[in-house]
Amino acid sequence: MRIASCLLGSALAVALSSGPVVAAEELSGTLKKIKDTGTITLGHRDASIPFSYLGGTSREPIGYSHDLQLKVVEALKQQLGLPELKVRYTLVTSQSRIPLVQNGTVDLECGSTTNNVERQQQVAFSVGIFEVGTRLLTKKTSGIQNFADLKGKNVVTTAGTTSERLLRSMNVEKQMGMSIIAAKDHGESFLMLESGRAAAFMMDDALLYGEMAKARKPDDWAVVGTPQSFEIYACMLRKGDPAFKKAVDDALIATYRSGEINAIYDKWFLQPIPPKGLNLNFPMSDELKKLIEVPTDKSAEEM
Amino acid sequence: MDYNWDWGVFLRSTGIGDEIYLDWFVAGLGWTVAVALAGWIFALLLGSLLGVLRTLPNRWLSGLATAYVELFRNVPLLVQLFIWYFLVPDLLPEPLELWFKQDLSPATSAYLSVVVCLGLFTAARVCEQVRTGIQALPRGQTAAALALGLRTGQIYRQVLLPQAFRIIIPPLTSEFLNIFKNSSVASLIGLMELLAQTKQTAEFSAHLFEAFTLATLIYFTLNMSLMLVMRRIEKKVAVPGLIAGGK
Repeated sequence: MRIASCLLGSALAVALSSGPVVAAEELSGTLKKIKDTGTITLGHRDASIPFSYLGGTSREPIGYSHDLQLKVVEALKQQLGLPELKVRYTLVTSQSRIPLVQNGTVDLECGSTTNNVERQQQVAFSVGIFEVGTRLLTKKTSGIQNFADLKGKNVVTTAGTTSERLLRSMNVEKQMGMSIIAAKDHGESFLMLESGRAAAFMMDDALLYGEMAKARKPDDWAVVGTPQSFEIYACMLRKGDPAFKKAVDDALIATYRSGEINAIYDKWFLQPIPPKGLNLNFPMSDELKKLIEVPTDKSAEEM
Repeated sequence: MDYNWDWGVFLRSTGIGDEIYLDWFVAGLGWTVAVALAGWIFALLLGSLLGVLRTLPNRWLSGLATAYVELFRNVPLLVQLFIWYFLVPDLLPEPLELWFKQDLSPATSAYLSVVVCLGLFTAARVCEQVRTGIQALPRGQTAAALALGLRTGQIYRQVLLPQAFRIIIPPLTSEFLNIFKNSSVASLIGLMELLAQTKQTAEFSAHLFEAFTLATLIYFTLNMSLMLVMRRIEKKVAVPGLIAGGK
């Protein structure tokens, strides 16, 4: 089966090689692997709403980042002359995503992965696809308006995120006496908040809106506070593969330039989304507008 | 595979105060030991009691202990932990619930939940071993003790249990090591024990393999040393001629 699809892929490649779109130069790295196997493996998440998650009618992932990932696939079909390019999906977790990209299991991961300096030592990043600010989700009646109000309170965040690092630093530097709970995922963090264990939940604002939309009574909750940092999400790919990186970047930038990005944004942030038909009502931030206008593969810290 | 190895990562600053990553592992090891030891003491006491109950002639008491064992041994540990941490506090009377959720620090309430959970879970396993230890003894001993006029309590305290515990030291050792390994479930309710610190280091530094290698070495060394300690104890308390093996 595998061989058959391989042969089919090469046959198609030969058949189409007279087309004008095929690059003349020798392919290498991931592009060569994709061309040779006729398959690209995309990494996705299971619960990063609305970026990359399972919850549509099919078993394939859906989401904002996923739609952008598919734009890249479309562009690769053109560039490599592979209209029948097969897409394989691999579910990644926050722990597995970097090793799976490095060891070749996943060619491209687009989810809610922050581009940061530490990760740049291990993997390469595409141009940014989203920008978030780290803020607070709290009960409207909690009286918490900003980070200063967290003194002496229980605050939850998701383990291993930038928010956790910021929160711990803030606690040490400003001697706020907060008790910080590090929950295993966003769903559990929200459970800690909802069950009264924590007074506030610090996280990337877009994900906070996602959690709020899932709540039993979305109206009880509010996202508050000045962002403590900005983070740029980007797609992850293997390091040292400039040709593939360029292909990914070009595809993303073309989507930005053509304005298609606005439709994709509206679809996931301003309209009802699966599985429950919730509307996140999260208008595009000035930071994201700027990122789309001037695409960059730098992390927010480097800007 | 294109991985950027860097063993110096553990001495690097975490970016929080002046901590280095190694500090996190030390703190994590502290929690792991604290969880496992407290859980073990709980499990050993309760498990011994249940083990004795299972061997009593009273059908109700032994049935109760059997039901306990079946319940706690057949529900996955993680499910039990979530029940103790998320569900049970919500069923408490309100003042107690608020005390548990808000007055206690999050680390303390997570610690209590995981100690109770591991203690109860491991008690079911200790119970089975105590029972088999008692049942491994020749029935004639109980009969002889009864003939001498010993009461049930005396028979257990002076004849059966001292021998049974000696017999089951090897399997008990493995339960003892298991509780250290099982304590890693605490990472899933936000207690920053060894595995949680490992994951956090991996996430923050993007040096996943170094972090997990160090954690593996720590767990391995810890369990090896505990095993050696238990082996010494086994030799020390051995009664010559009582059981074969163990050299």
